Amino acid sequence: MDKLINQFELGLFVWQVLIFVGLIFLLKKFAWKPILDAVNDREEGIKNALLSAENARKEMQNLQADNQRILQEARLERDNMLKDAREMKEKMVADAKNEAQVQGLKMIEQAKAAIEGEKNAAMAELKLQVSTLSLSIAEKLLKDELSNKEAQTKLVEKMLGDVKLN
Amino acid sequence: MVISNKPLRFIIATLVACLPLISFANPEQDTVKVQTEVAHQATEEGHEGAHAEPTDVKSKIKAFIGHHVLDSHDFTFFSDEVEGKHYGFSLPVIIWDNGLHVFSSAKFEHGEAVAESNGNYYKINHHDGKIYKTDASGTITEDEKTGFPTNVRPIDFSITKTVLSIMIASLLMFLIFAGLAKSYAKNKGIASGVGRIFEPVVLYIRDEIAIPNIGEKHYKKYMSYLLTIFFFVLFLNIFGLMPFGINVTGNLTITFSLAILTFLITNLTANKNYWGHIFWMPGVPKAMRIVLAPIELLGIFIKPFSLMIRLYANIFAGHIVLMSIIGLMFIFKSWLGSTLSFGLSFVLSILEILVAFLQAYIFTMLSALYFGSAVEEHHHEEAH
Repeated sequence: MDKLINQFELGLFVWQVLIFVGLIFLLKKFAWKPILDAVNDREEGIKNALLSAENARKEMQNLQADNQRILQEARLERDNMLKDAREMKEKMVADAKNEAQVQGLKMIEQAKAAIEGEKNAAMAELKLQVSTLSLSIAEKLLKDELSNKEAQTKLVEKMLGDVKLN
Repeated sequence: MVISNKPLRFIIATLVACLPLISFANPEQDTVKVQTEVAHQATEEGHEGAHAEPTDVKSKIKAFIGHHVLDSHDFTFFSDEVEGKHYGFSLPVIIWDNGLHVFSSAKFEHGEAVAESNGNYYKINHHDGKIYKTDASGTITEDEKTGFPTNVRPIDFSITKTVLSIMIASLLMFLIFAGLAKSYAKNKGIASGVGRIFEPVVLYIRDEIAIPNIGEKHYKKYMSYLLTIFFFVLFLNIFGLMPFGINVTGNLTITFSLAILTFLITNLTANKNYWGHIFWMPGVPKAMRIVLAPIELLGIFIKPFSLMIRLYANIFAGHIVLMSIIGLMFIFKSWLGSTLSFGLSFVLSILEILVAFLQAYIFTMLSALYFGSAVEEHHHEEAH
């Protein structure tokens, strides 16, 4: 212990403390503070860069998802539109068909009515003709009868025979 | 062909580990070798006082190691004993002894001469390398019991080898880390240059030492101290393994001053909670608190004391063991023994590099731990 204590040297101690404390303060000002600040800044920078990269990646993902979604929507819309178009086409065709049918039926009806009308008119004409003919026949007959009884009968019989033939 | 890359790695590791050893071993070898060669010769320059310079190889090596681990007033790379020449340079001696005395350590002639300054005479004692006030003939009287000189010791503010080493290490640190700091601005936030090697270490100290031990909230105010002390201890440990024979962190005064700074910072920044834990330990019976208080109080001083002794003893012992084993080469003086001790010193050198890093880490780690306990927040109730 004596030997240890004897090794202690006041002058050296003073020098050492002076130099060392001076060194601490000098290095603090000119080295440690700038170094640690620079390293901190760098670490902060790296952290920020990583964070922004992550954000960019997320944004990209969102964007992609958006794109996907929009695409999906567009596809759906297209499908819907196609479906609508098809439906519309079918409806139009059906409508047209119905219309045509109705129109056709109407025309047939009209034609039938027209035919009936014509027929009635023809019948009326015929009746008129027949009555006129009958009258004229009757006139002739009356005239003949008035002249010859036999001939008259014969004529009536003949005429009736004609009628029967008809 | 199942050869793994292990052998290659091992060879590379060995080569790398070899580098400091090569540079380390040579100068030491020179010095001791010179001593060995003249071992049989009687030293021509006699020494005053009761203690003559040892002459046999063993004692010489012992003396050499003894001197190496101490501080000295001149910077000697190696010396030539035949010619009595020392290769190195002198350092300024600054003494306060009823007035300031400044002169070059060349005046001492490596401890062999009495230096005179303003009418006072000084001499370096051969045993502890310290300056004592003497008379004109340089008599140093020693205490019979303790063996320490009884001469008056002036207060010695000399720029010794240790002080110079500290200055060089500090300058180096300042240049490296100020350069690193500047390189960030120049290079858009990315380090460049030499300091770049140390950036991961700085980050390691922040993320693995400071933040886990002190906590996210308070660690910032201790960072400067932790970083400075880590690199200071590390640089000086590594300096000690380089071939100039510097032993700074194996000097008790240095480790004492580092430990006392940790002690002061811990206790001056401590919060109420810390003192509460020392004087009135919460969560234990009242009687126990009274018993615990002195123990805890003692702990305040033991903690930095252990810091001081740990670093000092590790580095000091490392230097002594390593140099002794290198010295063995010159004692064996046979191809087998010397080769063996060379191999052993090689392995130990690798170990010392590990110790250099480890001790710097431990000092910083424990300092951070003590700071952490000083600023710990009041949240232990749930734990008890």
